[in-house]
Amino acid sequence: MATYSTNQFKSGLKIMLDGDPFSIVENEFVKPGKGQAFNRVKVRNLKTGKVIDRTFKSGESVEGADVMETEMQFLYGDGEYFHFMTQDTFEQHAAPAAAVGDAAKWLKEQDMCSVTLYNGQPLSVEPPSHVVLQVAQTDPGLKGDTSSGGNKPATLETGAVVQVPLFIQEGELLRIDTRSGEYVSRARD
Amino acid sequence: MIPVLVSTSLERVTDSSWAPTATVAMLRRRAAHLATIRQFFFARDVLEVETPALAAAGVTAPHIESLQEASTGFWLQSSPEYAMKRLLAAGVGDCYHLARAFRAEEQGRYHNPEFTLLEWYRVGWDAAALMAEIEALVAEVLGDAPVHSKRYAEAFLAAGLPDPLSASDIEFEQAAIAAVGALPVGLDRDAYLDLLLDAVVIPSLPTRCFLTHYPASQAALAQLDPNDPQVAQRFEFFCDGVELANGFVELTAADVQQQRFLKDQRQRQTLGRRAMAMDERLLAALKTGLPACAGVALGVDRLIMLAEGADSISDVMAFSWKRA
Repeated sequence: MATYSTNQFKSGLKIMLDGDPFSIVENEFVKPGKGQAFNRVKVRNLKTGKVIDRTFKSGESVEGADVMETEMQFLYGDGEYFHFMTQDTFEQHAAPAAAVGDAAKWLKEQDMCSVTLYNGQPLSVEPPSHVVLQVAQTDPGLKGDTSSGGNKPATLETGAVVQVPLFIQEGELLRIDTRSGEYVSRARD
Repeated sequence: MIPVLVSTSLERVTDSSWAPTATVAMLRRRAAHLATIRQFFFARDVLEVETPALAAAGVTAPHIESLQEASTGFWLQSSPEYAMKRLLAAGVGDCYHLARAFRAEEQGRYHNPEFTLLEWYRVGWDAAALMAEIEALVAEVLGDAPVHSKRYAEAFLAAGLPDPLSASDIEFEQAAIAAVGALPVGLDRDAYLDLLLDAVVIPSLPTRCFLTHYPASQAALAQLDPNDPQVAQRFEFFCDGVELANGFVELTAADVQQQRFLKDQRQRQTLGRRAMAMDERLLAALKTGLPACAGVALGVDRLIMLAEGADSISDVMAFSWKRA
């Protein structure tokens, strides 16, 4: 794997620290006129998501992390693993539930996801920014009310619960923004 | 065979990367600020001098890397200090220099390897008189505001840090880790002080503030305080949390200067930095006799950045390093 000098640091660069892969969030070069130069960086642990501060002497080198983001199709979940496939090579990867995390509640079979591979193994999964999911259960709303405010919870086919307008019925297809977890609109097939 | 020349530009050459990093309106205001500075010194009868940008000697300063010109082996000057001191020894009197200086590997929000430095010397002045003049110049460019002054050690103590003049290296290492997280190994005491100054002390200073009486270990080319040799007659000026100027009551003794150069060279070796020869012409000038004087260097790009409320010095330079 390549090594990177601090003068190549920029946000998004993937590096190894204490045996874990990290992504640089922020990089600041600091140097008093006559003094030692440092790079003060904020880095995100790609395994835990935790952001920490690190300080390097400018000119130090750090090992790069073998981390790659790949578009993959979600095939199915078997209760323990989530299975993904790269569409051009048909190569399959099994991601443990821990790597999928909160993304699990938005994953619908055949949707395209961004899977981060670390040393060839799935490390984290990013769902599409918008998904279309069917309403599995919601209380009956007020018939004919298509405009006025008011929300109610609806459970979607993947198990996710979102707030929806009162006029939404069971069986309808909804467009959801996975970044905010919010209902966007009704969707047509 | 014709060698293939590959662009080494830091930024990929794209359709828009030919364009300046500052707006044209900003460049006009920059020119006005430069005129203000020259007018300030003209009115005070301080002579503008020019010195070589490329010279036979670089600097031995442990944390400044000079850029070397390939065909002559000469060094792009990291400041006009040595040449100006040779002029002072020749009797030029009060003088200033407003031009480019070069420091390798320094690039960031407040750094560019090629930058504009204002340096001036006042013959027979002490630190207090020079600080008052810096205050006046900064007020010309930024407008009036109250200016404070604190001793380096006082500022550390007021920020809840150990005493820079008496606490142990371990105490500083612990304070630095608490302030900025895990640190590289092999840092010396001055590196901890530098980190804490940047991370804790500077953010705690009033808008415009001098820090005076730097520890003797950071004297650089300043005289030690005759009343307290633990500290040097070195000061810095901070404005809105940005290091703007560094000044000295100048060291005039050639033998002491030579000792400092030797110490620098040993420190460079310890740090694994490139060996740098000392400037023998500066030493010869000091032997002839440098008049008692005080001098200061001020970062002009930073001053203009503050005047214009810009976020980075690249916003006030025509072409920053990435597009140079």
